[in-house]
Amino acid sequence: MANQWNALTALGHDTAEVVQIGPYRIAERFDVALASLAMRRGQDKAFAAAAKKAGVPLPGASTHEAGKVFGAFWATPEMWFVEADFATHEDIVAALKPAFGEAASITEQTDAWVRFDVSGEGLVAVFERLSNLDLATLPDGFASRTVMEHLGVYLIRHSATSVTLYGPRSSAQGLLHALEVTAKSVI
Amino acid sequence: MIINHPILGPRDAQEFVYLGDANLINRPDGTTAGIEAFHDYLYNRDNPAGEHRELWYHEQGDRSWLVVTRNTVTHEITKVELARDVAKAQGRSK
Repeated sequence: MANQWNALTALGHDTAEVVQIGPYRIAERFDVALASLAMRRGQDKAFAAAAKKAGVPLPGASTHEAGKVFGAFWATPEMWFVEADFATHEDIVAALKPAFGEAASITEQTDAWVRFDVSGEGLVAVFERLSNLDLATLPDGFASRTVMEHLGVYLIRHSATSVTLYGPRSSAQGLLHALEVTAKSVI
Repeated sequence: MIINHPILGPRDAQEFVYLGDANLINRPDGTTAGIEAFHDYLYNRDNPAGEHRELWYHEQGDRSWLVVTRNTVTHEITKVELARDVAKAQGRSK
């Protein structure tokens, strides 16, 4: 009998957890591979050319941009987080490294984070209790690091009813708890 | 207190970590500058009542180091720069 080795999700199960609280749906995602991509000094041209060729978007400050294969959001000057489908890009560094060569430093980030997709009408009421960022006034495609429940998380606003969070994987349960408690308090 | 980040706009001071006098950027060469200069860099700080340039780290933001010009009496912030730009302007970046 062949051994079946299944990876556990950040919350410790073999399937992603989905919680529905009133209108709010909090869905764990573990089908996205993640890597940080930092431009090396003086490599501006080679870096931009490589990104274009590989189809990696390089959005401006505080922005997320989806692409055909790779999506990306801005982290800090000259550094981005790159997302890709886990099924096809489990080893995302190996996929990016040949394209960028010596122009970038790339670090695998997939298992360092837990990702929650939060959706529903009236998300502003939830996030105004959790974060400094004013979700109501932010544009679609906004991405930034912020603090929630003392945890450093990346928040991406796709629309007024859809937000993605990346939080520290070791605090996955704590972040989910904060989301649950806050959602319950506003319904 | 709100710090007006040069890239990200106004952000709450709770997102930042304070390091201290911005002169920490100007570390003398320990092998050529002499022990007095290095001692001064390491231990001596001005403590002005008034305008002060200080280093802040945007830990819960884009992780950049900033040079913030702040009045220590009124807490008014008059200037915020990226520390890397300050260093580059001094010809520090190779």
